[in-house]
Amino acid sequence: MEPLTIHGLHDKLVKGELSAVELTKKFLAHKDAVEPRIQAFLSDNRQFALEAAAAVDKKISAGENIADLAGIPGAIKDNICIKGQQATCASKMLEHFKSPYNAAIIDKLMAADYVSLGKTNMDEFAMGSSTENSAFQITHNPWHADYVPGGSSGGSAAAVAANECVWALGSDTGGSIRQPAAYCGVVGIKPTYGLVSRYGLIAFASSLDQIGSFTHDVEDCAIVLNTITGHDVKDSTSIPQEPKDYKKSLVNDVMGMKIGIPKEFFGEGLDEACRKSLEEAMETYKQLGAEIVSVSMPHIKYGIAAYYIIAPAEASSNLARYDGVGFGLRVEGKDIVDMYQKTRSQGFGPEVRRRILLGTYVLSSGYYDAYYLRAMKVRTLIKQDYDEALKQCDILLTPTAPDTAFKIGQNDDNPLAMYLGDVCTVTLNLAGLPGISIPCGYKNGLPVGMQLIGKALDEETLLRAAYTFEQHRTDLRRPSPMGEVEL
Amino acid sequence: MKYESVIGLEVHVELKTKTKIFCGCSTEFGAEPNTHVCPICLGLPGVLPVLNKEVLHFAIKAGLALHCDILPFSKFDRKNYYYPDLPKNFQTSQFDLPICKGGYVDIEVNGEARRIHLTRIHMEEDAGKLVHSGATIDTSDSTCVDYNRTGVPLLEIVGEPELRSGEEARAYLEKLRAVLQYLGVSDCRLEEGSMRCDANISVRPVGSTTLGTKTEIKNINSFSGVQKGIEYEAVRQAQILDEGGTIQQATRGWEEAKGITVLQRIKEGDSDYRYFPEPDLIPIEVAPAYIEEVRGELPEMPDARRKRFMEELGLPEYDANLLTLEKQTADYFEAVVRDGADAKTASNWMLGEFAKKLNEEGLRADQAPVQPDRLAELLGLIAKGTISGKIAKTVLPEMWSSGKTAAAVVKEKGLVQITDTGALEEIVKKIIAANPQSVADYRAGKKKAIGFLVGQIMKETKGRANPGAVNELLTKNLQ
Repeated sequence: MEPLTIHGLHDKLVKGELSAVELTKKFLAHKDAVEPRIQAFLSDNRQFALEAAAAVDKKISAGENIADLAGIPGAIKDNICIKGQQATCASKMLEHFKSPYNAAIIDKLMAADYVSLGKTNMDEFAMGSSTENSAFQITHNPWHADYVPGGSSGGSAAAVAANECVWALGSDTGGSIRQPAAYCGVVGIKPTYGLVSRYGLIAFASSLDQIGSFTHDVEDCAIVLNTITGHDVKDSTSIPQEPKDYKKSLVNDVMGMKIGIPKEFFGEGLDEACRKSLEEAMETYKQLGAEIVSVSMPHIKYGIAAYYIIAPAEASSNLARYDGVGFGLRVEGKDIVDMYQKTRSQGFGPEVRRRILLGTYVLSSGYYDAYYLRAMKVRTLIKQDYDEALKQCDILLTPTAPDTAFKIGQNDDNPLAMYLGDVCTVTLNLAGLPGISIPCGYKNGLPVGMQLIGKALDEETLLRAAYTFEQHRTDLRRPSPMGEVEL
Repeated sequence: MKYESVIGLEVHVELKTKTKIFCGCSTEFGAEPNTHVCPICLGLPGVLPVLNKEVLHFAIKAGLALHCDILPFSKFDRKNYYYPDLPKNFQTSQFDLPICKGGYVDIEVNGEARRIHLTRIHMEEDAGKLVHSGATIDTSDSTCVDYNRTGVPLLEIVGEPELRSGEEARAYLEKLRAVLQYLGVSDCRLEEGSMRCDANISVRPVGSTTLGTKTEIKNINSFSGVQKGIEYEAVRQAQILDEGGTIQQATRGWEEAKGITVLQRIKEGDSDYRYFPEPDLIPIEVAPAYIEEVRGELPEMPDARRKRFMEELGLPEYDANLLTLEKQTADYFEAVVRDGADAKTASNWMLGEFAKKLNEEGLRADQAPVQPDRLAELLGLIAKGTISGKIAKTVLPEMWSSGKTAAAVVKEKGLVQITDTGALEEIVKKIIAANPQSVADYRAGKKKAIGFLVGQIMKETKGRANPGAVNELLTKNLQ
């Protein structure tokens, strides 16, 4: 049995085989059944979901055209603002914060009659790679309850993998979409920086953050991209360009495509089973007529170091606004400074505090040149490495993570080990390039992810390569351990 | 010991754009607290800034008028510090690549012309306004924040420490105000806070080339305060040095009412603002063609206008200086001249009776209830001999309060000048007859005695007698 997809369900809705309300109810029932085991959601939005679904049914019965995404149950990471709803960032700091405005992409989703079942769990303020840093709950990997779903968008990835919803949005600052997609065996895309408006995405690191999606397949990925991309005047870093129809990229053909294999991603530290799956994937591409070329990216090894300077630096400033003055948590103190200190000590969890300290340190006078400035130079070198590699080929193929999902609690006392796990994903954010993670194998029942990296604004080639792979490797399709939604 | 002062001013001016620097909220002054706010200027989670292009336009305009280099590539940076008037706890400002570098302001004090160089001009956002229940945030039970001002665009104009006296500092600040007002980019009201000035001052023995320890004077909200504050601080520092003491690097507040500066905060080295490039805004690239376009928009600047007033209208330098100090005054003056008044007469009135009325009511020239054409009409009546200048001085306040024209006031009050020599001669003869002693004195050679007789005639005519005719008739009848 195959998971229900946006494109499959859209056809059924349009043909009148089932109503959007029925569909939503079925997903809510399945979600109610599995959520106690997964704990992917931080809020339950069924009232809104059913109302939105009813509106879609009304359109269908009136003979109106509906958007591809209309009426298909989804979920939104809890760091994206929806008017009147919570946006906790999985932090005590924003536990009771309700956004008074919509993120730009929520306006776009509303125009497409989206249905969201709720906001999903995440690492606090998107800082983490396992969703264990949530102040509220641990999300479990649908493939094995003892394992993490990855992070920081672990709630969204797990929700899709467990069929609690058909699609979900996440954000990716250093791999927060691609890594959980890999761990949960779904398709996750981080678009080119500037392709999706960040207005209303609660910032972690502004120059790296990008909204993207989780779906069961590449076609659904194209549909969500069609809905959320586009220039936005409210985001100065949004790239002005004509809207594209990414469904046109769903071409089952990679003949002559040059796929680069950067050897630095395949060195020590890459799990052997994962390596094997990736080599099989290369073999698949070869058989389909693609050319596999070896490339070298000498500065990739500095990626983690640069990332863990730049991201915390920006975060230390972005998170300064959580001070107990205007909104969010306030813990009273004897004077203003005491109030600041108590609020921020009690409102933020240990990982957020660690990164704020790190970021504050690297921006301090006397350290700025040695850390931040040097990291920015490394960032430029990494960009140049990618430019050079992508001159020689159309896309790059790498692991999404060095290994499959790890056990809950495994990295509790070792934040550095956790950071090092981001080695395959962070450099894309530094370079602003698009990346997609798709399943390419299994190890002990846990999914292995393959990352494809494209040129800036060339999501088309990325989707095409991913789609072709997916069409030919039907052996990788496995039913969700949480069961499918029966219509 | 003899000391000299080294003074540099940091001036902030609010730009007169309709909307804030990074959002669409109104910049209007004086609205109900927290009514001109939105998620962006409140710094709510998830919001992003978008630069108001008019701010850049105004900044370039100011930079060109102040002879700065406009940087083709500049950027915004975040200045990080915690204070409750700053919702994001960082101020979006410009650090190492400001929009303008260099530039200068020419001033003249006591006949000496000096060129004061600028370090830079940069754009930034204003903070909100705190209202404490007590004196300071730490001694208050509660503090309220008004975010209306948060995000109002500011230019910070940093001058080189080339000023040598409070008088020069005042002239510099007045000149800056004039230029920015002429450009229409800022109101520059020190009292309302749309212009703010921090003065850095240190003193050193005359002849020394090393800089002394400086103090920063804040809270100056008048032009005289700038001058007096600096003069006070220079004396205070010199006294400390003469007594063998050392100057403490500190921020001091100017207390206008007491005329003193008081210690606010001791500075231990520079604050660490952890500046870094604002990742939410893209760098600013200014095309040379755009700079030229803005240059083309520059109006006549105060110096050029002053020169023109002297050369074309024949005004003395003193008059031209004062008239061009504020744009509204100069505009008003030119309108009066355009409406037919003689330039020097108009100037005398503008700087005399008219200025007096403005000062009394705390108004700017453009706010005067008497319009330029009305003032021109009044001056026309003097020129035609319908009324005397002295009478005119009583007509102006009447026009001011009643809104009537000069002609109407003159007619109503019967103030028309007596120029009819027949009627005047009668009075002259009467006065001569009534004052034999003065007449005798005059005839004995005490020519001054005629003044008394003129006074008597004026008294008799309630000031309406034409002074020229009176003199002529008196001289003739005393022969």
